[in-house]
Amino acid sequence: MKYSLSENDVHDLQQKAKKVRLDVIQMISKAGSGHPGGSLSCVEILVTLFAKVLKHGPEIKDWNKRDHFHLSKGHVCPTLYSLLAHAGYFPVEELGTLRQIGSILQGHPHAKTPGVDAPSGSLGQGISIACGMAVAGKADKAGYSVFTLLGDGELQEGQVWEAAMFAAQYKLDNLCLIIDNNGQQIDGAIKDIMSPYPIDEKFKAFGFHVSNVDGHDIPALYDAFKTREEIKGKPTVIIAKTVKGKGISFMEGNLAFHGRATTDEETKQALKELDE
Amino acid sequence: MTEMLMAREAYGDLLVELGTENKNIFVLDADLSSSTKTSKFAKKFPQRFINCGIAEQNMINVAAGLAVAGKTPFVSTFAIFGSGRAWEQIRNTLAVGKLNVKIVVTHGGISVGPDGVSHQSLEDIALMRTIPEMKVLVPCDAPEAVAAIRAAAEISGPVYVRLGRPKVPTIWKETRFTIGKAQLVNQGNDVSIVACGIMVNEALNAAKILSIKGISAEVINMGTIKPLDGDILLTSLRKTGCVVTCEEHSVIGGLGSAVAEFLSQNHPVPQYFIGIKDRFGQSGDPEDLMVEYQLTAEDIAAAAEVVMKKK
Repeated sequence: MKYSLSENDVHDLQQKAKKVRLDVIQMISKAGSGHPGGSLSCVEILVTLFAKVLKHGPEIKDWNKRDHFHLSKGHVCPTLYSLLAHAGYFPVEELGTLRQIGSILQGHPHAKTPGVDAPSGSLGQGISIACGMAVAGKADKAGYSVFTLLGDGELQEGQVWEAAMFAAQYKLDNLCLIIDNNGQQIDGAIKDIMSPYPIDEKFKAFGFHVSNVDGHDIPALYDAFKTREEIKGKPTVIIAKTVKGKGISFMEGNLAFHGRATTDEETKQALKELDE
Repeated sequence: MTEMLMAREAYGDLLVELGTENKNIFVLDADLSSSTKTSKFAKKFPQRFINCGIAEQNMINVAAGLAVAGKTPFVSTFAIFGSGRAWEQIRNTLAVGKLNVKIVVTHGGISVGPDGVSHQSLEDIALMRTIPEMKVLVPCDAPEAVAAIRAAAEISGPVYVRLGRPKVPTIWKETRFTIGKAQLVNQGNDVSIVACGIMVNEALNAAKILSIKGISAEVINMGTIKPLDGDILLTSLRKTGCVVTCEEHSVIGGLGSAVAEFLSQNHPVPQYFIGIKDRFGQSGDPEDLMVEYQLTAEDIAAAAEVVMKKK
């Protein structure tokens, strides 16, 4: 790998990932509903992005002076909320209000959350929104990058491919898609429901720079993010192979946890595993 | 002879003006720029014109991203695609996010003519009106279109502006369009005729037909469907006691429905709905279609006489 992180950095990010997983389990368990499986599969991706790649922070008010992240697979927002809270966008105590009436933390992302710029939750739209942000950045010669995280099931939305064509046509090299390729959607395995494979060949054909990585390997993710900065004239997609429910033994690969909260007993077990 | 102009032609010219005044204005189209007349902006400001190809859903969300980044995007295509093809994108992203995107569609209504049912949008006012945060404007002619779109550009948030395809006579005499304010275009005492878009001209002609019969009809140009001007309705209906609503749109969910929703709660009166009566359009000459779908001045005048008897 061309770009590497120090052992200390990797250790630090792994600890951060553990903390995010704790938050995710506690938030969804308290809310009594949510999407823990996908929230856990994208943890290393977003921890690496927020800690080592994205230029951001609540103190940067000027839109053109920061990078931008838009969560297209909005249902995994607990992971995003945890990262935003710990980055200082809002008090960490707010995490306990997820999905409650009047909360700044809606069940799917909403601009009422500090650090969230555009709503999401309806799949397939985030890539287009990110394209718009990237076009604006190019027009202003602002130099920022736009990142968006999509699910692999989300690739079934036709709009994703409208936007993919658009991104290549307008040479949006300041745009980076990340696919959380955990292989599952609500009704089953994506390959059985409506296969998007081969994902990499499809994006190559659409004119993207394509990077395949293990989505739980922090150094590999970091290398993919840094390598894309050298790519000129085309957008990048990082296809991150992940495990749904990653980090909790009984949730890994278990489709039941796509869209349900853990029971009290399961929550205890999950928190115990994360504590070890 | 009344001047005949295409509202969309005026829209194209206005975009060039707006683009000159404001460098934040971007224009997006979905391969219909020669029809919507956004091509004029494209020629003048190619760097700020984004042809999205035939992909309306992506176009709406690209506009959303531009708005989030502080730009003022104008999005244009035909009414049927701009409202229908991308409805959920408009609802879930533009409106939920209160994003500053102006959707200016052309080819609204039955007067699209020969292209037929697939290109005649008769449901778009209803589709847009039900969305919170969305404002809906239906100007009656080219000058009102220009003023309405300027007014839309001056406020923040999503606005839907519906323009037609054909040349229409110039009626509008105001200097400024205020969103949510209608105009009294003919004073009368016996019946109120509330119209939008090209139906304002038909309504004025209906008032002439009625005056020959000794009936005094008040005509209101309701250029904003949402937010609706309730004050003008109350003032007029307290006087006349009955109303005919006229729109080049389905009678389900459009101007007539908006007026009925308001009056039924504030000043219930007999109402007659002139509009497309739960049917699809078809190919034909616009004038023949107006007759077939009972949208003419004669239809409105007849409706006025019917509704007056129910007072």
